[in-house]
Amino acid sequence: MSSRRVVLVDDHAMFRAGVRAELGERVDVVGEAGSVAEAVAVIGARRPEVVLLDVHLPDGGGLAVLEAVRARSPEVRFLALSVSDAAEDVIAIIRAGASGYVTKTISADELADAVDRVAEGDAVFSPRLAGFVLDAFRDAPSAPSAGGSSRPQQVVDPEMDQLTPREREVLRLLARGYAYKEIAAELFISVKTVETHASNVLRKLQLSSRHQLTRWAADRRLLD
Amino acid sequence: MRAARHDGNHGAVTPPATTTPRLYRRPDIGLLGGVAAGIAEHLHVRTRVVRLAFIGLAFAAGLGVALYGAYLIVVPSAPYAGRGRFPRWVEYVLALCAAAATVAVTATSVPKSGLLVPIVLAFIGGALIWRQASEPERDRLLEYSRTSLATGPSTLLGRVRLAGGLALVVAGAIIVLVRADFTAFRQGLLAAVVTVIGLALISGPWWMRIMTQLSAERSERIRSQERADLAAQVHDSVLQTLALIRRNASSPREVARLARGQERTLRTLLYGARVASGQLSEELRAAAAEVEDDYAVAIDVVVVGDAPVDDVLAAGVAATREALVNAGKHAQVETISLYAEVEEEQVSMFVKDRGVGFEVDDVADDRQGVRGSIIGRVERHGGTVHVGAVAGSGTEIEIRLPRSRS
Repeated sequence: MSSRRVVLVDDHAMFRAGVRAELGERVDVVGEAGSVAEAVAVIGARRPEVVLLDVHLPDGGGLAVLEAVRARSPEVRFLALSVSDAAEDVIAIIRAGASGYVTKTISADELADAVDRVAEGDAVFSPRLAGFVLDAFRDAPSAPSAGGSSRPQQVVDPEMDQLTPREREVLRLLARGYAYKEIAAELFISVKTVETHASNVLRKLQLSSRHQLTRWAADRRLLD
Repeated sequence: MRAARHDGNHGAVTPPATTTPRLYRRPDIGLLGGVAAGIAEHLHVRTRVVRLAFIGLAFAAGLGVALYGAYLIVVPSAPYAGRGRFPRWVEYVLALCAAAATVAVTATSVPKSGLLVPIVLAFIGGALIWRQASEPERDRLLEYSRTSLATGPSTLLGRVRLAGGLALVVAGAIIVLVRADFTAFRQGLLAAVVTVIGLALISGPWWMRIMTQLSAERSERIRSQERADLAAQVHDSVLQTLALIRRNASSPREVARLARGQERTLRTLLYGARVASGQLSEELRAAAAEVEDDYAVAIDVVVVGDAPVDDVLAAGVAATREALVNAGKHAQVETISLYAEVEEEQVSMFVKDRGVGFEVDDVADDRQGVRGSIIGRVERHGGTVHVGAVAGSGTEIEIRLPRSRS
């Protein structure tokens, strides 16, 4: 297996060194950057497969990097890596085009797996992100008169704003801490199918009626 | 005696780098309060010329004296000027004398000066406001006066001020018109109004300044209070934890426990807009936090939806806590996943670990724990518990409880 070409973007040099040491042989770290401008330059020069992107950067954040790079090199994939698990951060970076979101407490093995998965064009969901998606796509109660829901305004539009039952099942297992392999075994489907479901969910997350998700994320910060 | 700008007379303060030169008195180089010297400096002419102009004007019905007095009162002394020739109290006495003389001269020598005195007083009052106002307020006042003419009646404030100004102008015109026929009563009224206005003008800015300073001070105090609170929190938790970590450096498990606890505290501090207590998510997080501390594990808590905790959910939280304890104690793992979802009909909680696993019936020691505190508790409230092995590795305890209809 050829190792993946990766660029690390994080403003803490110590964290970059830590990730580089942890990932060791498993990926090929071809560049590092500590700011938005640096990141755009390094990514442009080194052409990595995957960028490990910190959400919080001093001069504009990971969002700025994503927007600058995706316009020029859409083939570069991003995996967001952050200490924050605030919904607004997570949702914003995914909607800007990141293929996944993991917290910095992730183990080295899991991170290396995640890099592989993102490089192959699949999505990476941390349990937290899966929980956010389930929460954001929660249907309004089918019988409004019941009035049992704590968030009755969560009425979602069809198409992109609807998860299939299978996708919902996959997300639930992700939120419960299952790995893709375990989900495949649990649902008697192939890992490839699990990956397809996850990618579809990611696409829906990125394309569904925008204002609603963003508002949900902002609201959640007040509630959570 | 020419007013030199950059001579050795400067005080410790260097001339401020103002873009628009301001008129100041120069009591340090002038003769009597430094009015003439200041004006000369401002206009770049000789001090003597200004003095002669004042003396000349003094013969024009005492106007020079009046003007000099007004300048002496109104114009501030330069901040970069050194100390005056006279002690402060002498200056004050001089200023008082000048004020008295000004009023007396204008009142006696200018014929039909009935209106002149109030006008002069009003001007002095306005100037006093200007002087008493501190720097940012001055900018604000300037801004006001600019916007009132520029934006005109477009803003509410502008309209109000325009209306007030018009009313005053009209009132003034009426007063002037009826002056030919004034009576003692009107005279008295006028004097009273003038006095009141004068008092308001003189003391008003002072009150205003005190009020704005008070509120500024209050908000500054709140800010520094917040900073102090944060610093105290950081000190209490972070520094203490670092000290503990250093002391326990030989025990990785203890270090991990300390770090995790600290991470939790900081998260609450930074991202924590707290849920009102008594909500399921809050209770589950609290239970997870306790278990994390007691058993040195990290628990990933994900909660979808939320609900107030009633008796049934309280049992669910307690059972979940037992499941977490069970995993923390026996699974020999560093991470446990806790997922809870609130649906319309039911609430489900999943506790999953990748540990060595156990069979409910095999582990005699745990039979009581799992059976009594998890299964029994949940079933009493109409729920179900399912303990299963996850394909490959680990165990998952699944707790489902019906939601009571309110």
